[in-house]
Order: sequence, then structure tokens, then C-alpha cells
Amino acid sequence: MTPQETVERALALPGADDRVVIVDEGSSANLRFAGNTLTTNGVARSARLTVISISGAGVGVVSRSAVRPDQLADVVAAADQAARDAQPSEDARPLVEGFVQADWEVPAEPTSIEVFSAFAPALGEAFATAEASGRKLYGFAEHLVNSVFVGTSGGLRRRYDQPTGRLELNAKSPDMTRSAWAGVATKDFTDVDVAALDGTLARRLDWAKRRVDLPAGRYETILPPGAVSDLMIYLYWSAGARDAADGRTVFAKPGGGTRVGDQLSSTPIQLFSDPRHPGVECVNFAVAHTSGREQSVFDNGLPLDHTNWISDGTLANLIQTRHSAELTGLNTTPQIDNLIMESATGSGTLEDMIANTERGLLLTCLWYIREVDPQSLLLTGLTRDGVYLVEHGEVVGEVNNFRFNESPVDLLGRLTQVGTSEQTLPREWNDYFTRAIMPPIRVPDFNMSTVSQAN
Amino acid sequence: MRQIDPDFLALPLRRLADAALNRARELGAEYAAFRVERVRAETLRLFDARLEGSIDADDLGFAVRVVKNGTWGFAAGIALTPEAAVAVAEQAVQVAEVSAPINREPVELAPEPVYADVTWVSAYDVDPFDVPLREKVELLGEWSGGLLGQVDHVSASLMQVKEQKFYADSAGTVTTQQRVRVHPQLTAMKGDGERFDDMRTLAPPVGRGYEYLTGTGWDFPAELATLPALLAEKLAAPSVESGKYDLVVDPSNLWLTIHESIGHATELDRALGYEAAYAGTSFATFDQLGELTYGSKIMNVTGDRTAEHGLATVGWDDEGVRAQSFDIVTDGTLTGYQLDRRMALLKGFGRSNGCAFADSPGHPPIQRMANVSLRPAEGGPSTDELIAGVENGIYVLGDKSWSIDMQRYNFQFTGQRFYRISGGKLAGQLRDVAYQATTTDFWRSMDAVGGPQTYVLGGAFNCGKGQPGQVAPVSHGCPAARFRNVRILNTVQEGGK
Repeated sequence: MTPQETVERALALPGADDRVVIVDEGSSANLRFAGNTLTTNGVARSARLTVISISGAGVGVVSRSAVRPDQLADVVAAADQAARDAQPSEDARPLVEGFVQADWEVPAEPTSIEVFSAFAPALGEAFATAEASGRKLYGFAEHLVNSVFVGTSGGLRRRYDQPTGRLELNAKSPDMTRSAWAGVATKDFTDVDVAALDGTLARRLDWAKRRVDLPAGRYETILPPGAVSDLMIYLYWSAGARDAADGRTVFAKPGGGTRVGDQLSSTPIQLFSDPRHPGVECVNFAVAHTSGREQSVFDNGLPLDHTNWISDGTLANLIQTRHSAELTGLNTTPQIDNLIMESATGSGTLEDMIANTERGLLLTCLWYIREVDPQSLLLTGLTRDGVYLVEHGEVVGEVNNFRFNESPVDLLGRLTQVGTSEQTLPREWNDYFTRAIMPPIRVPDFNMSTVSQAN
Repeated sequence: MRQIDPDFLALPLRRLADAALNRARELGAEYAAFRVERVRAETLRLFDARLEGSIDADDLGFAVRVVKNGTWGFAAGIALTPEAAVAVAEQAVQVAEVSAPINREPVELAPEPVYADVTWVSAYDVDPFDVPLREKVELLGEWSGGLLGQVDHVSASLMQVKEQKFYADSAGTVTTQQRVRVHPQLTAMKGDGERFDDMRTLAPPVGRGYEYLTGTGWDFPAELATLPALLAEKLAAPSVESGKYDLVVDPSNLWLTIHESIGHATELDRALGYEAAYAGTSFATFDQLGELTYGSKIMNVTGDRTAEHGLATVGWDDEGVRAQSFDIVTDGTLTGYQLDRRMALLKGFGRSNGCAFADSPGHPPIQRMANVSLRPAEGGPSTDELIAGVENGIYVLGDKSWSIDMQRYNFQFTGQRFYRISGGKLAGQLRDVAYQATTTDFWRSMDAVGGPQTYVLGGAFNCGKGQPGQVAPVSHGCPAARFRNVRILNTVQEGGK
């Protein structure tokens, strides 16, 4: 049974007033390595049917994997029954108006271990080069293809095929005291130059041969695009309109309402999502398997378009469903699976920013980021895999790691330089979010709260 | 004791296993393991006593893992037919062959007795999936409604999981297991015009059934009745003055500190560098086994996969190893690690202590955490007696924010409630508190461990590790304990305000 047939058959069964049927077909291939050798690997397939039944304003959701044709009616009946038993849903709205996407009937194309046919030998060569040069390589390469098919009893038929690839490459000295990291997002691994990445890491391990111990404190700090992405993604995830309207987050206005319209930064920052943005294309309609604070099953199929979250430094929109948009009187702006940050006045590469630094720290990435206070969005976490001291425009050595305590919202108001944006791989969040375009930024007083002994 | 559900046993488990294992042998695999797994999970969420969303989902599939020419190969499939099992076995062998040129460490596994056909079911009374959704929503709605009016908002959630596994390997072990876990949580929220804060129930997730919500193992109505007043006191509480304080830490907070600073630090795969690029390594390196002073002499920590109602408790692990209990820290010294079969043989342990786990049919088993627990002191003090021994300190309850570095040295935790201790007595709540320390400094500063009467099994459903990422449920038992001279931060000041 093809995903499209599953959708049609589930919708055709008698029962509920309305239904939304989602089929997710996934395939994956991965290689993991440590100490210049492979450690684990695998390929996997998945197929999940989610039936969302609507009875009056009641909703029932049942999701099952590997459903056979003879089991389909049972899954639908279970969802129908759950809908009849449910309380009325406050996010109930008419289903999104139907149309059939032109490529609806095209079969899904899975990935396989063959996606690494050129990459794996190159990785093997990198292992040999690293071993000969006294470096150990660690990391992970993964390729996923997820195809989602959404159909509704209102006639909507939409699908999207999402390839997602990522490579994390970590080089360490044999005694594990020096460490450097690089990561790339890719659609198919044909554009991954593992030798070049290894060369970059080798240079950074050389930087780390001179060690400079610094105490905790506030430092002028250059954050590369990857580190910026991890902070901005957390800001984005915290931008739910309902939580803001309820007073729970940094985007709540004291006394009630949201901070939409507030200036967060005097720098003309743009933070936006766009499912058609080149290089980070992603699903261009809403997909919700269950309702929650920031998504509604009734919005399934809703078109997604360019959405500004911060425009010229001012908070422009929050993550909304149609229901929460009505409650807050703001735009319907659902979450989108990519994030882009730019500045109209931003220019210069990371190297340019290093060259223009009298004395400061250069980070590689941030790690174990957790929220300390939702009211200020204070986050804590660690620096990782290379904190470098920059003096007179050059990297002069490696500094110890730190625990930081910082709010990304507060940082937007304090940054003094924004460079040119580029596609990057978030280090902390790439299990969940890989499509990001971010600039390097300079912060004059990044709060390094305490020293971490970790290498 | 409950039985494994007939509908899982009705799947063609042995037929698929035979097909996959025979094919793997034909293709020259030195070792092969076959696993069918069904994980059913239902989550419901309410906000202000109204159902916000629910989903009843399962994940059913199978996996074949082989060792061919000393290299792992793993593949997973979803169609439960002998033909698909054969095809996935062939894929697993192919993955091993493709990977062999970049593998320089031949895989060998520690021996384990064969368990020919064994069954295990966790300790629970009421299968939560036998309880109608409406009944669960009504109960959470009733609990939430009881708080509304006293607080501004209430969120409530209930996660329920039933995990069924069938495992068969080329040595002849065949295990069939089923376990159940539940996690109810309620959070009360309130603002006073200037500040907004929340407070969550301290009830831990447990390896029990629906009876946990109806009076067995926790008194939810009693805990909920205390939340509005506690939250009101927290909102009005003074902000903490940063500095060094003595701490008395309740099990509802200490379990997470144990998890992060002991549980992960004593995973041998981490200590050997196999997680170096992701989860990280460990300060507790293998060369320090038997030598490292982890904590004070009163610190005794065990790992086990046998504790009743423990979230990491099983009969056999996902490599067919019998569940065990073992020492990790003895009288303050590092004495053990958590192992899987490969790590055990690699470092000469002779036998794995049964810590292999895969979170779904689509993922291979990796070394995951046992229930790592701090032993209480026989005849030891009550929490009040621990507090009585503090002149100027803070009593910490409930977990909230947590973060620790990639070698498990430097950590920072917040909590649900912090009380000032003055002259051996509680003197009201404090706000904006976080404690920050280095693992060994913290555990070496522990000068008193509570008695068994203070012991609680805490835990989480969602411990993350590995790439591709896997989540594992795990419990940590501990008594209340006292720590001297710990750094306290004011989180508002940390934010630069």
C-alpha cells in the first residue's frame, strides 16, 4: 500500500465528521566513528500513519507504525472513537481549504547506505591522514529522507520530501587535551569535502598548542555562525505566542499582552524563516500530528511563507496557530523548519572579525544549553572544542573552557558587530534542527560565569 | 505477576528470528541478533483543566545486528514477514561490508550464558492503556481545576509507555519482555504583576501502571493541595544573595545531580572516548578505576537494573545479558563502570553488567544507564536532622534546570523550591537560586547522608545519548544528603540585571 493509497483509504472509511490523515515515510543511513575508526552504523526505514478524527469539535489522534492494509480500519475506528469521547477542542477551526498538489502521486524515494559511496572512502583517507599526523577523528555522518503526505476530508492533498544530511567532525590530540570541531549540513553528501574540514581542524589543533588560562569574567567574544545558531534557535523555540500572552516568557509584556513591536536591538537584525530560502528549503505547509501550545491539528496543510520574527531589530511575530492568532490579535505565523539571521549593515567573514580584534575570545561552539529563567530567557551552557584568545588581530592560543550564563534576547541588544551570514550546522540542536543561516557576531561582554576543567 | 500481552506474542516472532539469523549465518556473520520491538506511548496535555492535545502512538518494527569480519552491521525494517527479515539481515551484512574498510578495531563480545527461552514483565497493577482516555482526562482536569482560582494557570500532562521486546541471538538466547512506565506532572503558574513564576509537582516518573495516579506510590491530592501556598510564598520570597552555602539536597533534586555527575561519568564507553564527539568523555578515566577519590567516605553508589519500579529495570538487556546490581563508588572511591558486552571484553571485565539498551526498533543497542543510586546510611539522619546541622545554608527541593560539561566536571542546577536554613531551621523560601560546582569537589563535600526513611527513587523518561540520538528511561534512588560550602549563584545577577 503506497502512502497515497493509505491516505485515500483512511479518508474514505465512514465514521467521523472530518479527518486529517498524515503518512510519514522515513529512511536513514548513518556512520559513526571514534579514534580514526568506525564504531557503529546502520540503515533503517520507518512508516507511520496518523489519523486525526474530528467529531463536532472533539479530536481523536491515533498514530501507528507499519500498518498493514487489514489493520487500517482498526486505526481509523480507534481515532474516531477517541474523537467522540473527547471534550470540544478550543482550537477547533474549519479544515484548511483543499487542493491537490501536482506531484501528489509521485513515489517517495528512500535513501540508503549508498549515499556514502564517495564519502566513506574519503573519510577512510582522512582517518589515514589524521593517524599519520597524530590526530584522532571522531564524529557522525547521517542522511535522512522523510516524506510526509497530508490528506484531509476537505480534499487537501499535500506532500513534501525532505532530505537532511549532517556531518560532525571532531579532531583531538592523542592525549585528548586539545579538541576542535566542524560541522556541515548537506542534502546528499556530494558537496562534503572531508579532507578540507580535517585540514581546518588540524590548523585549530595547532592553535591550541599554546595554552592560556583565563579566569571567569565578561569578555569581548566572537561567536561563529554555529554558536549563534544554537542561541537563536532556542530564542525561536521560546517564541510561542500563547505562552507569551499568558505571561510565561521573555516575550510577555509586563502587565499583559506580548512584546510584538518592541525593539530588541538597535542593530537592524532580521531573524526570519522561509521554506523556500535557497539552501535551507523545508516543508512549506503546516504539519501537526497533535495540537499543542504552538500547533493545531486543524491547521494541517496551511501554506507557510516568509515570516519575519525580528525585523530591523524589532520583534515582529511570534509562533502562532490560527487559534492563538485570534486570541492575541496578531498574524497567523506557524513555526517553520529553518531559521535565517541577517543584518542589513552586516559584513565581513569570521576571519575579518578576528583580524579586527584587539583582544577577545573566539568560540567554536556552545554545548549543553539549558534554560535557567524563562522570564529573561537566561540560558546556561558550556563552551566546547576550542576557545581561542585573539590578540592584535591574530589567534595566539587556546583558552580553558567556560560555563556561560547569557540570554540571547539580551545579547541582541548588546552585540556590536554582525558579519556576513552563511549556512551552518548548529552543534547543540542538530538532532532536531539543521537548516540555519547565521552570521558571526561580536559581543563586548559575554558572561563566562565559571571555568570548566573539561578539554 | 502480569503476563505479556497476547497480541505481541501472536506476532510471528520466532519465525522472523529464524529467518533473519539463518540468513545472517549463511552470509558469514560471526554474531547476529534479532529484535522485534513495539513501544506504545500515549501523551496527553491539559492547560487550565482543558485537554490541549493527546496522541496515542506506537512504534513497531524489527532489527538485525551482525558482526561480520569484526565489523558491526545494523539494519532495521518494518514489515513483519520472513522475506523482509531475510532482506534486512542481508542489509545488515551489507552495511558491515561497506563499513569494514574504515574499521580498525575488530568487534568482540564478552561471553554470557545462554538463556534459552525466558520471559520478564515489570511490576505494575493496571495497564494504563486499559484505562479510557476520557477517565485520564477527567482525573487530570479535576486535579487542575482544584488549583485554578488559587493560581493563574495550570498545565498538566501524563506520559504512558508500554515497551515490548523480543530478542533472539545466534548463541541461542531468546528473551521476551514487557514493561510499563508512567509520568504524571502538574505545574501551577502565578504572576503578581511584576513577576511570574511556576511550581511543579515533585512526583517522579515510575515503572508502575495507572495505579500510581490513584494512590499507590504517591499521594497526588496531598501534594497538589500544597502547591498554591508554596507558589505564593515563592513569588514573595527574597532573591538569594550569591556566595558559598551549606546545602541539604532533597532526593527530588539530588537524583538529577547523581544522573549527570555520576551516572554519565561512569559509562565506560564515554570514559574510553566512544562518545567524545557528542555526549562527551569523562573525567573518571579508566586508569583511575580503584584509585579516584570520587567523593567522601560516606559515598556509596550502585548501578542496577533490578530495582522494583525502576525505569531502567529489565530482566535481560538488549544484548541478552541478565540484569544485575553492581558497585560504582565504594566508600568514596571509583570501583566500577556501566558496561555492554563489547566494552566489557575490551577492558577485561569478563562479563557485561547488562547496560545495553536500544530505544526503538530502528536503533542499535548502545551502552545506556542503569538505575544509578546513592545508598542511604543505615540508621542515618532524617531530613530535619540534616537541616539541624546547618548554620547558614539552603535546602533544595525538586529539579528544574540542569547543565554539565562534556567531561562531567562543571555543573549548574536549579530547583523547584529553595529554603533558607538559618541556625539549623528553615527560614522561608528564596528565589533566583542556582548551585554550581565541580563534580568531585561537590561529592567530597558531602558530610552526611540521610537514612532509608529519606530515600526516594527519582528519574526521567528522556535521558539522551548516542548518534543517532536515543532516549532512555532511568531511575536514581537517593536519600537526602548534606554538602558543605557550595557556590550559589543569583540567576538574575547572572543575567546582568
